[in-house]
Amino acid sequence: MATTDRSFVQSLWDFFCSLKLTISLLISLALTSIIGTIIPQGKLAPEYVATISPIKFQIYSKLGFFDMYHSMWFITLLYVFSLNLVCCSVKRLPHVFKFISEPTLVLGESLRKGFSLKQDLSFSTSLDKGREALAAFLGKEFGTPVVTEQNGEYHLFAQKSAWCRLGVYVVHLSILVIFVGAIIGSLFGYKGFAAIVEGSNVSSIQARNGAEIPLGFDLRCEQFTVSYYDSGAPKEFKSILTVLENGKPVKDYTNVRVVVNEPLTYKGFTFYQSSFGQASESSDHTLSAKSRSGDLSQRFTLREGQAITLKDGTSLKLLETAQDISQFMPGFSGPAARVEVTPKGKAAQTFIVLKNYPEVNAQRDDDLLFQYEGSNAKMYTGLQVAKDPGVWVVWLGCTLMVVGLFIAFFMSHKRVWIVVSKGHARMYGNASKNQAAFQMQFEELSDKFKNLKI
Amino acid sequence: MTSSLLFNVTTIAYMASMVVFFAFLGSKNKTVGLAGSLLAYAGFAIQTVGIALRWKESYALGYGHAPLSNLYESVTFFSWTIILIYIFIELKYKYRIVGAFVVPFALFGMAWAQLGMQSGIEPLVPALQSNWLLYHVITCFLGYAAFAVACGISIMYLFKANSEERGGSNPAGGLMGMFPPIRVLDDLNYRAIMIGFPLLTLGIITGAAWANYAWGTYWSWDPKETWSLIVWFVYAAFLHARFTRGWVGKRAAWLSIIGFAATIFCYLGVNLFLSGLHSYGSSKM
Ligand code: HEM
Repeated sequence: MATTDRSFVQSLWDFFCSLKLTISLLISLALTSIIGTIIPQGKLAPEYVATISPIKFQIYSKLGFFDMYHSMWFITLLYVFSLNLVCCSVKRLPHVFKFISEPTLVLGESLRKGFSLKQDLSFSTSLDKGREALAAFLGKEFGTPVVTEQNGEYHLFAQKSAWCRLGVYVVHLSILVIFVGAIIGSLFGYKGFAAIVEGSNVSSIQARNGAEIPLGFDLRCEQFTVSYYDSGAPKEFKSILTVLENGKPVKDYTNVRVVVNEPLTYKGFTFYQSSFGQASESSDHTLSAKSRSGDLSQRFTLREGQAITLKDGTSLKLLETAQDISQFMPGFSGPAARVEVTPKGKAAQTFIVLKNYPEVNAQRDDDLLFQYEGSNAKMYTGLQVAKDPGVWVVWLGCTLMVVGLFIAFFMSHKRVWIVVSKGHARMYGNASKNQAAFQMQFEELSDKFKNLKI
Repeated sequence: MTSSLLFNVTTIAYMASMVVFFAFLGSKNKTVGLAGSLLAYAGFAIQTVGIALRWKESYALGYGHAPLSNLYESVTFFSWTIILIYIFIELKYKYRIVGAFVVPFALFGMAWAQLGMQSGIEPLVPALQSNWLLYHVITCFLGYAAFAVACGISIMYLFKANSEERGGSNPAGGLMGMFPPIRVLDDLNYRAIMIGFPLLTLGIITGAAWANYAWGTYWSWDPKETWSLIVWFVYAAFLHARFTRGWVGKRAAWLSIIGFAATIFCYLGVNLFLSGLHSYGSSKM
């Protein structure tokens, strides 16, 4: 029994130490990740649900495909991945440390055969003198050697940057550090949303799961504005925010400009400009009407749903307004109103009048030209709010990864041996990476070596 | 002189370079090979001026942003990075013939941009108004370009390996006579990926840093992010394949080609077929 248990544990260990498992996991992660880029994730739009059959919906839900990156099986894959990483490192790291701390000082006969980089030298002085001169040479040109005697030969060994061998493990560790950071974030951080109407305050935010999270301070939106390029494309969404403690503005946090890509951070909460809209309270809208002949020019103010009769008997009803039309009329932007116009004795027409495009309004070949002038409607600013105490751990992991990759790929552990016997010495060289570059260095060293006068 | 004129000249230079490289394959004449390289260098120099000029033109229009903001500009920049990485590899490892399999990628990009795309300079939507755009795009594209070079080298590897298997008894003969030995191609493939992988890693990290800075989440499994991670997984598999028996040689070459296919999907396919935050030039916030 004991032996089968042992061999079971052994084979489990071997399984988790295997690089074949690593490759399978990496490929599995790559392939399965595709699912979530094709099937919508998170909150499903009803239009989407309507397009797939109920059976498909059932199967996808069961398999967690609608939130696949948080599904049991995907997380399990990541756990196995981490376990693979840990086991592999636990198995290999001791060898690597030993390799670094107890280098191969003596080149045995069999080892010598494996070197492509070597150089011979003959000398006439005594063995001891020769050894001393060569040790001095190696110390000056490459690194201070360790000298070992064996079978009447001296082995001089020097190395550079042995610690480079750890680069790969720094990369592997960094992956685990990033995971830890992500876990900290998911346990102790939160994401939420706040909508603040111009001129008003909020003291809490709405978390993703619907809960109210108190901020511990107040945030006021002083103003929200959108500006546009001449082409009508939006240029900037801007909120002016003030932080209030006990109802008083906080110095340095008063009238702060927050735009996309320039958030505001206060007491661990960060507020990001994310959306905006018109506050739903009723407000006054100004429109104007002008006749092409010039006999009529009138400005008037209405609320949504209200109607007015113009001087020439035409009646106009304001159906609805939007402070940004671009989502309804691609290519256009800015405020707009939908109106129903009934010229005296004619049929009613419904159309949209814009604020920023008088020339478009003029394209209607009616006598009367209408223009939307805007409203005193208050805007609200939509702010994404985040608090993530794990984010610094993630950045630490990312830094480690970049540093580790640099070490693993672009630095190398270089070793040089000189085996000295009576009247003869041979130098060997080896590098863990980037052989071509080391070869040049070795050739330079060889030139000096073979011209030594000893 | 305008940038689009310079880009037209660039396209012609890459075209000529490719044709001359193909002639090099057939003729095995060293001078022809040199001419192929020089044409690619010339195209690269002209393109560099073109990109700088376009940057200046955007200031003249009052927008003032790096030429990396829409599909036209990014495809042009991608071609530029491909030639940059090719020149680096050529100068460092002295295998000119690789150009025959790499310059076509750059040419394809330029031709597509010049013939099939809106080339107007547009203002930056608010979401892209950040210096992070520069860091993020440059690192990603240099990474992609290194993968393009690796893909070209892998295709050469598969050609050569297959012809050797079929008993290409005459190693100097045929079109593949100029190809480096498969051992060298395998090594070059690895070296190109060694350049690309850290750059892609940096690209993903700068993207995450930007997302965190702009939206408060460093990772949201948006399709573009996810595809960049998929690409990263494929190349990580490639790096480990070297240590695993049964995965070296042809399989590694295939991994490199699949990696580049995934890269192209990440770059273009995601925008064309999937929806997300990265749609070029969309006015989403
Ligand atoms: C389950 C996960 C993983 C395991 C078990 C694993 C294991 C290993 C092992 C055993 C080596 C060989 C070290 C040597 O002998 O020199 C290695 C190399 C390496 N690993 Fe991983 N690895 C994993 C995931 C990753 C990931 C996700 C990356 C991505 C950055 C990565 C990056 C590297 C690099 C850059 C090398 C060096 C490759 C080279 O020098 O060519 N590893 N890995």
